[in-house]
Amino acid sequence: MKSENNEKGLLQGLAQSDKKAIETIYRENYNMIQSLIINNSGSADDAKDIFQETMIVLYEKVRSGTFELNCLIKTYVYSVSRRLWLKRLQQMNRYAPALENLKDTVPVDEEIEENERINNEFQVMEKAIGSLGEPCRSLLEAYYLEKKNMQDIALSFGYTNAENAKNQKYKCLMRLKKIFFAQYKNGNGNG
Amino acid sequence: MDDIKILDAVERYIRGEMTPDERLYFEQLRKTNAEVDLLVVEHTLLLQQMNRFSEWKKFKHTLQEVHIDLAEQGKIRSNKLRPKAKVVYLWKKYRRVTAIAASIAGITTLSILALVNSLTPRIKDPKYQELVRDVKVLKDTQKALDNKIKIVDKKTEEPIISTPVRYNGTGFLIDTKGLMITNAHVVKNSKNIFVQNNKGDQFKAFVVRLDVPRDVAIIKIDDDRFKSFASLPYSIRKTTSDIAEPVFTLGYPRDEIVYGEGYLSASTGFNGDTLSCQISIPANPGNSGGPIFNHNGEVIGILSAKETETEGAVFAVQSKYIYQVLEELKKSSLYKNVKVPSKSALNGLDNRQQVKKIQDFVFIVKGD
Repeated sequence: MKSENNEKGLLQGLAQSDKKAIETIYRENYNMIQSLIINNSGSADDAKDIFQETMIVLYEKVRSGTFELNCLIKTYVYSVSRRLWLKRLQQMNRYAPALENLKDTVPVDEEIEENERINNEFQVMEKAIGSLGEPCRSLLEAYYLEKKNMQDIALSFGYTNAENAKNQKYKCLMRLKKIFFAQYKNGNGNG
Repeated sequence: MDDIKILDAVERYIRGEMTPDERLYFEQLRKTNAEVDLLVVEHTLLLQQMNRFSEWKKFKHTLQEVHIDLAEQGKIRSNKLRPKAKVVYLWKKYRRVTAIAASIAGITTLSILALVNSLTPRIKDPKYQELVRDVKVLKDTQKALDNKIKIVDKKTEEPIISTPVRYNGTGFLIDTKGLMITNAHVVKNSKNIFVQNNKGDQFKAFVVRLDVPRDVAIIKIDDDRFKSFASLPYSIRKTTSDIAEPVFTLGYPRDEIVYGEGYLSASTGFNGDTLSCQISIPANPGNSGGPIFNHNGEVIGILSAKETETEGAVFAVQSKYIYQVLEELKKSSLYKNVKVPSKSALNGLDNRQQVKKIQDFVFIVKGD
């Protein structure tokens, strides 16, 4: 019943993190994935994890700009979730049942690989930022992510002037860089 | 200082803020100086990763919110809500049947009458008893008053009670079937205990364990009208929390639930008491026994007393002692299967949403 335009609109919305679009895709697909996971020795919590990871895969995909969906969102979501769940089962060293409904899936190997790579990268960043501590973390976030200027930052963090804040930011950045690249290079070497 | 300047230049270069001349010069520098070139490459990568990471986190957060919203609206089937949904479903079904039967038999009025009859005495009951006790057992009152003066003398002012016979405090559920935590000093002198939720429904309760040294009491709701919850949204922290951690509390200094915000100010309590910790938060008599939450939705303490000389200094029993008291309780066969939620479902939500989900589980505790 859904027109192709509708699906395209949803994906565009998703790319812009539009909450309505996210909600719609979530609502229309979640129950299906939950049934899939629960029917294949998973719990509802697993279902939530897998579905949200699938949403992230789809999100990264539509944001890359090169994505063209040539099947229904439903089919895509199902395919990705199915693969993610199979992988999870294998990691847990459990017997992986042959998930049925193979005919309704599209190949998603690339996505799964890409997703794993991105997840690793984010983990590195999360660790690096996590081990920074305060106020470094907030300072860098204020400058690089919220794009505040040094004057405002000095004021809200209680530095006497912008020059001081800048010095502090520099020290923090150097620490982040050190931690980040140490792990980043390691991670790439192993992976 | 030089390094800072170079980094500055790199950042301006990446952001495209350089003048054409500067840019030309800088690009020349990149070609001749490998170090500068590496700096540019690394910095670009780092910033890119930071940006993507923050967007990724935001997106994850949105997903979490959407999940909870949809589950609450019943638009997706979620495990957390499923048992509740089943109950609601059965209840609706049951109600429909009753409604039909009632309309056919014309007993709607009768059942309302019966309902009124069955409810009224129960609500009046405690008050009625209190009155009797007030008149009859004046000595008891006197004793309670004496006790209270002793408490005040001995320690600081403990946030309890306004009238001598009635103890008022706050309590919160630790399991889905009606087991609650409050302060020992809220209930220890009471014969009858009632708890009241934020909708005004009253339930009878009794003390199952009293630990006066730790100032922890476990009470259990014992009332047919109390319906078990499907799950608790918060968990109870097993370890000590860090100083400066932002916290909030919910309690009943008046008949309405009241929210207070503050931070953990010291890891020990009054005069270095290691059982408790100090929190900077507005609290009033009646807040006693209330839960203290951190931003992950974990209970980190039980609000117990405040210092009279310092405004805003409040002491809380550390949450790990809840587990110790529980362990002792579990030795009795009746309670050996009590399960306390280990995972908070509130992680990542903002305060407003957390409070919305918590408030149904925080009760007024009334004793006489």
